Amino acid sequence: MEYVIEMLNIRKEFGGFVANDNITLQLKKGEIHALLGENGAGKSTLMNVLFGLYQPEQGEIRVKGNQVNITNPNIANELGIGMVHQHFMLVDTFTVTENIILGREVTTAGRIDIKKAEQEVRQISERYGLAVDPQAKISDITVGMQQRVEILKTLYRGAEILIFDEPSAVLTPQEIKELMQIMKTLIKEGKSIILITHKLKEIMEVADRCTVIRKGKGIGTVNVSETNPNELASLMVGREVVFKTEKKEAEPKQNVLEVNDLVVKDTRGVSIVNGLTLDVRAGEIVGIAGIDGNGQSELIEAITGLRKSESGSVKLNGKELLNMTPRKITESGVGHIPQDRHKHGLVLNYPIGENIVLQNYYKKPYSKNGVLNFREIYKQAKKIISEFDVRTPSEYTLARALSGGNQQKAIIGREVDRNPDLLIAAQPTRGLDVGAIEFIHKRLIEQRDNGKAVLLLSFELDEIMNVSDRIAVIYEGKIVAVVNPKDTTEQELGLLMAGSNRKEAGEGTHV
Amino acid sequence: MSKRLTGILTPIIAVLLGIIVGTIIMLASGYNPVDAYTALWNGAFGETYYVGEVIRQFTPYILAGLAVAFAFRVGLFNIGVEGQFIVGWLASVWVGVAFDLPRVIHLPLAILAAMVAGALWAFIPGFLKARFRVHEVIVTIMMNYVALHTTNYIIRNVLAAKSGDKTEQIHESASLRSEFLQSITDYSRLHWGIIIAIVCCIIMWFLLERTTRGFELRAVGFNQHAAHYAGMSVNKNIILSMLISGAFAGLAGAMEGLGTFGYAAVKGGFTGVGFEGIAVALLGANTSLGVFFSAILFGILEVGALNMPLEAGVPNELVSIIIALIVFFVASSYIIRIFLDRFSKKEVK
Repeated sequence: MEYVIEMLNIRKEFGGFVANDNITLQLKKGEIHALLGENGAGKSTLMNVLFGLYQPEQGEIRVKGNQVNITNPNIANELGIGMVHQHFMLVDTFTVTENIILGREVTTAGRIDIKKAEQEVRQISERYGLAVDPQAKISDITVGMQQRVEILKTLYRGAEILIFDEPSAVLTPQEIKELMQIMKTLIKEGKSIILITHKLKEIMEVADRCTVIRKGKGIGTVNVSETNPNELASLMVGREVVFKTEKKEAEPKQNVLEVNDLVVKDTRGVSIVNGLTLDVRAGEIVGIAGIDGNGQSELIEAITGLRKSESGSVKLNGKELLNMTPRKITESGVGHIPQDRHKHGLVLNYPIGENIVLQNYYKKPYSKNGVLNFREIYKQAKKIISEFDVRTPSEYTLARALSGGNQQKAIIGREVDRNPDLLIAAQPTRGLDVGAIEFIHKRLIEQRDNGKAVLLLSFELDEIMNVSDRIAVIYEGKIVAVVNPKDTTEQELGLLMAGSNRKEAGEGTHV
Repeated sequence: MSKRLTGILTPIIAVLLGIIVGTIIMLASGYNPVDAYTALWNGAFGETYYVGEVIRQFTPYILAGLAVAFAFRVGLFNIGVEGQFIVGWLASVWVGVAFDLPRVIHLPLAILAAMVAGALWAFIPGFLKARFRVHEVIVTIMMNYVALHTTNYIIRNVLAAKSGDKTEQIHESASLRSEFLQSITDYSRLHWGIIIAIVCCIIMWFLLERTTRGFELRAVGFNQHAAHYAGMSVNKNIILSMLISGAFAGLAGAMEGLGTFGYAAVKGGFTGVGFEGIAVALLGANTSLGVFFSAILFGILEVGALNMPLEAGVPNELVSIIIALIVFFVASSYIIRIFLDRFSKKEVK
């Protein structure tokens, strides 16, 4: 059995904290090898060891059977290891070719031979079926295309082994399919791939084998053909995981949120929400499905008062909220789990405890005569931290120091505890692992069962299908269809999201 | 090594590095550093008169430092402390000269006038920032020049006594001078202002760390988006922080107008107190306790330096170089932090 890469019994410590403990990963030539683990399990550390960013305390790395000492990323590159980063490293104003040759420019007499470079890029692109236009500007192409440029970059540098770091996180369902195809082509052409992900579906679809790590320890490697998503998930989390979140039938009552003919302009002045109408009732979860950039973020910003609306109406329990201040909207009973927890959700330099009262700090008992009452603030924080299982050394720890999942749990705890009539959850599980996702879904459903209205925005169709009671499909700033998740399929949703109308898309019935 | 310890060690190391490099410069230019530093020490602590002068010197530094630090904590860079200081100085003197009131009313009124003048001067850049997103650095720099020339004009044409470039002396009832403080410091110009400066340190700490308003101000300073999301008014807090910052700066001006000098004179250029405030705030890490101590250090250095040419024959400009070096090392504290981190990692192993 020929292995192109062997990482044997790797151990990496950070001042007493063991990030990788005796992990072994063996990559066969021509396979897609998934690396699966929860957030903070040590996947990135392991890959950074392979890439030469960290030196392991124990263990050895072999490339094609020879022991190697990778002390910096350049050595990794020379050994034919290339990384496709989750956050693209591209210069927006450069063309595809310029980005690819950056640092490896082909020159004749001191001048860059862009023609020759373009030809080379086109050749590689065609060989691997990437269909990238070498002359296009990065700012003009889609996110999916930009990712292909990243892939091209590693191939141009002669990579034999490609590491994909959470590649599907930024892609639409259609683009994910295409990416899977590209990965298969790469394998056919003799490359080998390590795929870092926590999406089990993708592993089942493309990977040959899967190495699971949990809390820094290597759990083992399994053949994907001999396993199933449930087994993988329990290996990763260390216990049984319920996928299909248990929930009883929704019992929707009166309208809580009524959005009518809403128009919102984006920063460029384009009407990105364009006459949108939507209702959310008490006791139901409405999921908004759509491809990113169709106005969903702006819709939520408009409802919560973070963005000015042009016209239309937003009513909560019959009361007009349009263009009110965020404070007024919050006080009238809206909770908001924001899409970007670092930008909006938290003051990262505040202790987690003070973030728990971010909207309530001025109310009694947290504040009295204009002076903060820290005892009450931290009492509340302690309560949320234990109720919502926020793992933090203490309530005085800066929010910055918490892992993404725990930051998100703190935000959700804060919003749910205020018990709002309408809870807006925008991508509440982005970047989180299965265990945390399960927890958050349960909490959302709990709110619904308590007779509250929940509006869920997600780019994960699984999540939308699983959690929602009704699905509203948004396309070009309008709700183009409202469907029942029981009567629809991912294919139909995908087509609706791409702008086909209901009849073309399938035979599901309106709700 | 804990964050807190690093935070305290960084400025101390910066000061030491500044002194070491200053020593090297002295050696290179043929001066005796031991004599120079002895002279500096004697010039600051050798006689009670000097101690009084040191305190008098750092009193406005504390307030100017608080002004810069306060705005900075809300995410604003108030370069205009110098201008707010100058208008505060003039306003306090104006009230001190124009009215004849009992001391309990006159002195607080003159101090209040300085605060209001400084606050109004800082309101303009604050408002422009909040309303039109005009960058406060540019506006405050411009406002410094406007302050300098406007006050000069007013002194010359409205308030000047016979000599033409100086206001009259303020009435005794508006003065911060203290027979008592002067007598215990061998008749230095020490005045009651130091009490005001210390009280202001406490006020700033309490306001930022303990009040509901401070919670908002700091939140805006750390993350405007999150503050907006949480229902705080970002614009209101920006303007408020500039008002308070300007009030501190105006108070610093009152220290000179009502304490040290008792008059305002036409100025050929900036006094430097406002800019010194930037260095003080930087060295003090924008906390009120830090500002207090770094202002003391700057006061010692500047007053002590006056003795260096007399006692050691070393030009007192060398102290300016040392101060500049300290600021340089604080500004590049990132380097110091890396060294401290390395150092503590080795300890673990």
